[in-house]
Amino acid sequence: MSSIYSEIILDYYRNPRNKGKLDRAQIRAKDTNPLCGDVIEIQMELDGDSKVKDIRFNGMGCAISQASASMLTELVKGKSLDEARKISKEDILSLIGGQLSAVRLKCALLSLKVMKTGLYNYIGSLENAKEELSSL
Amino acid sequence: MQKTVQYNVEKVRQDFPILQRIINGKPFIYLDNAATAQKPRQVIETLDRFYKEYNANIHRGIYKVSEEATAAHEEARAKVARFINARSPNEIVFVRGTTEAINLVAHAWGRKNVGLGDNIMLTEMEHHSNIVPWQLLAKEKGASLKYVGITDQGILERYEFQQHLQSGAKLFAVAHSSNVLGTINPVRELIREAHKTGCCVLVDAAQSVPHMPVDVQDLDCDFLAFSGHKMCGPTGIGVLYAKGNLFDEMVPFHGGGEMISEVHPYESSWKPPPYKFEAGTTNIEGAIGLGAAIDYLSNIGLRKIRLHEREITAYAIDKLSRTKGITIYGPSDPQARGGVVSFNLGDVHPHDMATLLDEDGIAVRSGQHCAQPLHERLGIPATTRASFYLYNTEDEVDRLANSLERVRGIFKL
Repeated sequence: MSSIYSEIILDYYRNPRNKGKLDRAQIRAKDTNPLCGDVIEIQMELDGDSKVKDIRFNGMGCAISQASASMLTELVKGKSLDEARKISKEDILSLIGGQLSAVRLKCALLSLKVMKTGLYNYIGSLENAKEELSSL
Repeated sequence: MQKTVQYNVEKVRQDFPILQRIINGKPFIYLDNAATAQKPRQVIETLDRFYKEYNANIHRGIYKVSEEATAAHEEARAKVARFINARSPNEIVFVRGTTEAINLVAHAWGRKNVGLGDNIMLTEMEHHSNIVPWQLLAKEKGASLKYVGITDQGILERYEFQQHLQSGAKLFAVAHSSNVLGTINPVRELIREAHKTGCCVLVDAAQSVPHMPVDVQDLDCDFLAFSGHKMCGPTGIGVLYAKGNLFDEMVPFHGGGEMISEVHPYESSWKPPPYKFEAGTTNIEGAIGLGAAIDYLSNIGLRKIRLHEREITAYAIDKLSRTKGITIYGPSDPQARGGVVSFNLGDVHPHDMATLLDEDGIAVRSGQHCAQPLHERLGIPATTRASFYLYNTEDEVDRLANSLERVRGIFKL
């Protein structure tokens, strides 16, 4: 059986990209996966055109949750908020590659959920996004 | 170590249909027995026979089939009583599981006997089910929780136990065997010490009764709780034992049918125990299934099961400790531990470990195993746990060890 744990996933786990904190972030959000104990915090700094000038994540947990958070930050950087909002579950899964069980899917999508929570909170539509966020 | 054959493990394995499964192209290796045990044909067939032949509500039907169901249910209670050497079946209350048993004691005994400023003594290795009910009680009554700490090897700090006793603990609630460390606590001695100061003792036997002979008269515990599903029985059935007339002095937990003697518009009277604590239609087939599980385990012999598990645990600790980068938690002496081996390997998160082992058909548990305070004490976010039962083999341990080498390869450890 082929493993989800590709060289790429392990490289992102051991050498995380965009890990740390931002001093001037307008968007901040944090969440945990209570089942696994994964923790992800995401901070985003916007430029004058409301594009993501910089993004950092912080957290701890399994390789899937940490690698996917790292990959997400690369994907989001430079995008407009509208583009970032449209990033889907499928986009993340194709970056990770391979099949995940329902339980591990939560690990893979935690960072996307956190990023979107922060984003929707910033644009003031967190209430309307509850359904989308709970599907992640 | 010289391997002594306790019983024919291969023959025992034939009794468990699920062990024949192929998972991800490999023979299924079930090492999550501390979470729940697999069910032998004998238990499955007992449930099947109940539904097909004598399903009826108990204690109230006048007809033959109901009488048969009632007799089987009460025979199961008698089997439980004999199994743990209770003096009488009246000391046995059927509950949903260990969690409900502990909640029952917290409500029906705790609310009457624990008051403002009283102390309830727990240990750092307790399962959440033996922490949270006491937190709720302590909050309601203004009582305090006192924890007995553990050494780095996972052994109780005896002087802390003595200190809490001297400061006047009302109740000591303690795991007989830890579901993470495997530590078997010397409950018999602890109970003796506690009783000297008038402290009542509840033993959480969820991890001991399925795996070793437990004699409540020898232990002299006041309460003892365990679950059916961890000992080859069905889920949703468990046992609360209370010594002597303790049940008489307790208030009801749930009100409803079957637990009453008389009901009037504004007041009711209760049946004597154990029925006082079994409101409504209970898990009849669960109790009967538990009786079948007790028969099954007793036929093999709990002493033999314990010896088998001790040998396989010693083998596993020896074998797994050769894996480079592994940390195994709990006492190093197999005499002092049950069939539970929790570990971490390098920087591999336990959830990644469990996923990778599943790819090899091996079922383990990963996370905090409902023991968050213990993991905080150990300073680790999570562990991977392999837990054994009567049907596990050394060959399965070898395959776990091989699988760990594969994980080391993938993670380049």
